[in-house]
Amino acid sequence: MFDGWKIIVGLIIFITLATVPFWYDAAAGKGTDAPDIRIETKDVPGRDQCVMPAEYMRSDHMELLNEWRDQVVRGNQRVHVTADGRKYSRSLTNTCLDCHSNKDTFCDRCHDYMSVKPYCWECHLEPEVMK
Amino acid sequence: MGLDRRNFIKIAGLSTLGLAGKPAVDAIARIRLPEEAPLTAKRWAMVIDLRKCRENPDCNEACIHACHKVHNVPDFKNPKDEIKWIWEERFEHAFHDQSQEYADESHRELPALVLCNHCDDPPCVRVCPTEATWKRDEDGVVMMDWHRCIGCRYCLAACPYGARSFNWRDPRPFIEEIEPDFPTRMRGVVEKCTFCEERLARGEMPACVEACDAGALTFGDLEDPESRVRELLRTHFTIRRKPGLGTQPSVYYII
Repeated sequence: MFDGWKIIVGLIIFITLATVPFWYDAAAGKGTDAPDIRIETKDVPGRDQCVMPAEYMRSDHMELLNEWRDQVVRGNQRVHVTADGRKYSRSLTNTCLDCHSNKDTFCDRCHDYMSVKPYCWECHLEPEVMK
Repeated sequence: MGLDRRNFIKIAGLSTLGLAGKPAVDAIARIRLPEEAPLTAKRWAMVIDLRKCRENPDCNEACIHACHKVHNVPDFKNPKDEIKWIWEERFEHAFHDQSQEYADESHRELPALVLCNHCDDPPCVRVCPTEATWKRDEDGVVMMDWHRCIGCRYCLAACPYGARSFNWRDPRPFIEEIEPDFPTRMRGVVEKCTFCEERLARGEMPACVEACDAGALTFGDLEDPESRVRELLRTHFTIRRKPGLGTQPSVYYII
């Protein structure tokens, strides 16, 4: 290999530079830690369960919200009935955030960590605004 | 205004629950189910009695304000950016094809309340490329889905009544007092009157109708021969805006 050492040194420099973000975070001791999510919700009488099992909500809450949106706006179907017969208004701000009023820790922290930017709040009102 | 039957039962029920303690009341108040007693119709329509509007000249402002307040309609203080769901128009402008130049000035300048006509054949629906606006099959309301609007403004061009407004700027800082039960809009979407479909779903009359103390606005089912709107249409001479276009507006005017 002609100029083999130049190529190898070049490769080492390139790989080091390309992986700088990982080294940097590892050195600073942050970045890969899971976000500190506070799921505790305030005590709401008559509401000790979510509209769906927690497992489902954890993975598919965005799907449920999309379904609710379409059912309410386009289908005029405004009531969600759970498997065990409880009834809820299909409303992000009036139903979800009624219990999960800690939006900054319950929603935003995880969304920030995952770098997802739901645009619900450009129109729908956050609890702080509603107060 | 007296207590109607519905409100009386509501209050009576809540008072009884009050005896069982505050938590129970809180729980009931929180579980706001919208579909317990919605107002439904086969074809919603409105009759506006301009004679009553003329007798109560300050009244229009109240009904416009009532609508714009509950729907978080911004006020940009600038006619170029104006957002309006219901507004006042001079008679000769609102009904330019049914006005004539020799009419008395007071008649030509009579302020007429105008809003989305919720047409039978809405041109705005025909041009919308994303179906963000559509006519609801069950009651004829011309709906808006602000999630789906891409802001192309074809509907603004198509609507012959100027009933649609576009959010050129972020509206939220320009809302006087935010109504928490209704969303605001974002920059780049079109908005208009929806016949208060969210209030109908809760069993309430449209905000403008409720705010009108003069009884100039009547809202009801066009398909029900016994309804109040049908009675008014039967017993009065009424006109609609730009009838020649064939859009068949659902807003009628008694003059």
